[in-house]
Amino acid sequence: MEKKVVATEEQLRYAVLLSYGMKIGMAMLLISFAIYALGILPPFVPVDDLPKLWSMPVHEYLETTHIHPGWTWLTMLNKGDFLNFLGVAFLGGVTVLCFLAIIPILIRKKDYVYALIAALEVTVLILAASGILKSGGH
Amino acid sequence: MPALKRVAVVVVAAIIVAALCSMAFAEAPVKEVVAKASTVPWWVWPLSLFVLTFVLGVVAVLGGVGGGVLFVPIVGGFFPFHLDFVRGAGLLVALAGALAAGPGLLKKGMANLRLALPVGLIASACAIVGAMIGLALPTNVVQTALGITILGIVGIIIKAKKSEYPDVAVADPLSTALRITGVYHEVSTGEDINWKVHRTPLGLALFIIIGVMAGMFGLGAGWANVPVLNILMGAPLKVAVSSSKFLLSITDTSAAWIYVNNGAVLPMMVVPSIIGIMLGSMVGVRILAKTKPAAVRYIVIIMLFFAGSRALLKGLGIWN
Repeated sequence: MEKKVVATEEQLRYAVLLSYGMKIGMAMLLISFAIYALGILPPFVPVDDLPKLWSMPVHEYLETTHIHPGWTWLTMLNKGDFLNFLGVAFLGGVTVLCFLAIIPILIRKKDYVYALIAALEVTVLILAASGILKSGGH
Repeated sequence: MPALKRVAVVVVAAIIVAALCSMAFAEAPVKEVVAKASTVPWWVWPLSLFVLTFVLGVVAVLGGVGGGVLFVPIVGGFFPFHLDFVRGAGLLVALAGALAAGPGLLKKGMANLRLALPVGLIASACAIVGAMIGLALPTNVVQTALGITILGIVGIIIKAKKSEYPDVAVADPLSTALRITGVYHEVSTGEDINWKVHRTPLGLALFIIIGVMAGMFGLGAGWANVPVLNILMGAPLKVAVSSSKFLLSITDTSAAWIYVNNGAVLPMMVVPSIIGIMLGSMVGVRILAKTKPAAVRYIVIIMLFFAGSRALLKGLGIWN
């Protein structure tokens, strides 16, 4: 009988959560894009205007469309284009959930160094997601 | 090899279409480009993006490269989208691919959490810095640097050696302290392969540069991860490739958030690209089982060389 190498407990926990998270996130993205592309919810930026806008640098695009970057999209989920950010944000949050889920396992195993690395990774990702870090624009 | 011929024909057709699109806009200044672009119905671009990314998905699997490294220079060079949005989309494309592949690789023990976590922490923190630099620098500077980077990647792909089972006589003190070691089952031989790594401090230091470049150019970073993990640190090739793929889900997440929070993500670009490249990857995996993809490697090299040259010349204002 073929011997099977089994991944560690924390690796399996991470894999299972990542698998569910990826599928849910992709489903959200597909559904929201269908709503957007089929015009079920009106977009904030009319699709006919997009070819005039997507060749602009991002700061110019934001100025022209009066879109406020960061988490303001949460207040605009009734717009078809911004609805897609739910799926994007979910996919961006899956890794944080996976790391949070393995920290207790690492602590139980007294693997404090990796528990700290996982906690630091969560901090880095939350900092990136927070919107605190703004680019100067060009 | 009919399957391979079909792939080659599709790739050449895609390059020709992309080049024709590019030539149509090549001589026009920016305002004219916008005006011309606006005469094309909006849906043509996401549809073209879907077709192109489907082809890129096939080619990426057969050529053994990530989708992001093909996506950014080709879409940035031959589509009317600004490089800011292309890089944001490129990161999300690479992220989606990594999230899709990660669970299977982790469950099989091919990707290794103990190897990926320390390097992932460094790369993801530095990817934030890279993303902020990339969004702050003038477009022509980023475009020029992107072109140079892509041409450098071509060099790495051509020259870089790969080692199935690198010889690691003694693990270094840091990897020993972190217990970066593992065992995976090699299906082709039926053996369980025990592995360890060395030169960990240097490897970690290189992930600072890899992280910054991944964030700055939105490329994903498999092209750099694999040589460092495999040749420098001595992880077996399959562990290095799998851990690299998983690693992208960490690195690209942090960089992608910076692009999302700075408004550089357009759903009309991102979603068709993700769907296209994922469907293409599925087809690529099927073709891979039936054909020897050596020739596709040369197609990838030619595509990257062409796209890298285009980015460089565009950045220098020679071919706008």
